[in-house]
Amino acid sequence: MYHPTVARLTYRGLLGRRRAFILFALPALLIVISVVIRVLTGADDGTAANVLGGFALATMVPLIGVIAGTGAIGPEIDDGSVIYLLSKPVKRHTVILTKLIVAIGVTVVFSAVPTLIAGFVLNGNSQQIAVAYAAAAAVASVAYSAIFLLLGTVTRHAVVAGLVYALVWESLFGSLIPGARTLSVQQWSLALAQKIGAEGAITSDVGLPLALTLLIGVTTAATWYASRKLRTLTLAGEE
Amino acid sequence: MTVLHIDNVSRWFGNVVAVNDVSMTVGPGVTGLLGPNGAGKSTLINMMGGFLAPSTGTVTLDGATIWRNEQVYRHIGIVPEREAMYDFLTGLEFVRANAELHGLGAKEAQRALATVEMEYAQDRRIDTYSKGMRQRVKMASALVHEPAVLLLDEPFNGMDPRQRMQLMELLRQMGAQGRTVLFSSHILEEVEQLAAHIEVVVAGRHAASGDFRKIRRLMTDRPHRYLVRSSDDRALAAALIADPSTSGIEVDVHEGALRVQAVDFDRFTTLLPRLARAHGIRLLTVSPSDESLESVFSYLVAA
Repeated sequence: MYHPTVARLTYRGLLGRRRAFILFALPALLIVISVVIRVLTGADDGTAANVLGGFALATMVPLIGVIAGTGAIGPEIDDGSVIYLLSKPVKRHTVILTKLIVAIGVTVVFSAVPTLIAGFVLNGNSQQIAVAYAAAAAVASVAYSAIFLLLGTVTRHAVVAGLVYALVWESLFGSLIPGARTLSVQQWSLALAQKIGAEGAITSDVGLPLALTLLIGVTTAATWYASRKLRTLTLAGEE
Repeated sequence: MTVLHIDNVSRWFGNVVAVNDVSMTVGPGVTGLLGPNGAGKSTLINMMGGFLAPSTGTVTLDGATIWRNEQVYRHIGIVPEREAMYDFLTGLEFVRANAELHGLGAKEAQRALATVEMEYAQDRRIDTYSKGMRQRVKMASALVHEPAVLLLDEPFNGMDPRQRMQLMELLRQMGAQGRTVLFSSHILEEVEQLAAHIEVVVAGRHAASGDFRKIRRLMTDRPHRYLVRSSDDRALAAALIADPSTSGIEVDVHEGALRVQAVDFDRFTTLLPRLARAHGIRLLTVSPSDESLESVFSYLVAA
């Protein structure tokens, strides 16, 4: 189910490419913004929820998810080097699960952990806001990683497709069409945040049982389909 | 004994037929897969390597289907044509990772690097390697588990003559050890130097199979066309057609030249200068007009 060599190749590939810059830049930006706000306006629960909900969970987590999820497999399929992984007696679902675990780990480290830190900086975890958003970021990391890993196996334009999903669907459609929010990883994870945070501090459009079901369902389905795609991956030759 | 069987295999991409009803058997020793660019060599190798499903027919290794069968890679080593290979690793890290994916370790990786004589550069990152060094590290990665079958797609592309000789020597050794080594090439001379047995594919079809010398003879015995200019074309034409090595001559008035079709290559090439001298005719141009590889191959298909 997990192959340490696949994991090593994956995280070295993820952190060794130029895109990795964004992995460091976005969390750094979040923490800088938090420090500045805290210094200028002092601790305020409403501001904390706005920053963590509006920037961390709505923008940073999906962006990091796109980089880590698609980057865990997309570049290897693009340049053909995945052939060295696949021409081995290693089950394809082991390859996918390992890559998923690495993508989740990277997304959690670069999005959920900075969210927690930023939350403590902003209001010292008053009303459990820091912990709530960090937990939401962590569960969102799992679902985003699975979705974007699948995108990486099915399309060469995974990064673009991922960005469109993360920015257009989650942010734009979510704010225009209320129904679209039910189908949003962000709202599902907010349902968890709502449960953890103090009464009325955080709200989600989706109930917690439905949210958790959808999170687990989407993650499982995306992972299953990705390993199926990898089993029949065809490498284009010169012709 | 490890044998690849390709039985009535066709593969098409949309409307394009890349491989058309090919059957061949590849056994121990070095086999060259020869054909012009676009003939379907890579498609065939990808099917033998399990990275492409045949549209119809079967590709098996000792009876086991290769497509969607990861276990078959215990016996197959693949040297892909594409360059990309985790360039951010060092040569040693890369070969070691390949060994680990086979459940092997540092010892096997080191041995494979020694086989291809790359130990001296094993601690450098792959993106600093030359084309030939990359090719050798790719070889090492395919050899870590001592596979019975080695598949190489255009392994000599872009290599300099010395690197080419080294790789040929290595493949010869592999063949002599009883491994099944199959490599593709579009260059006749490469195949000639290395493989006793060849399979020729042209335009997706299996054009010829067997001993290289037999096929080479077929190639040299085919009618050759020459464009000849001389000080007296008509006198030369009359002298040439009298000999059985020439099967046809056209006087091309526009070009001011003779178009000669010769059936006996050796005899014609020695005859032409002798005849010219005997008749006091000066040869101004003698050039083969259909020496392209494609014409050689298409002749083979017809034969």
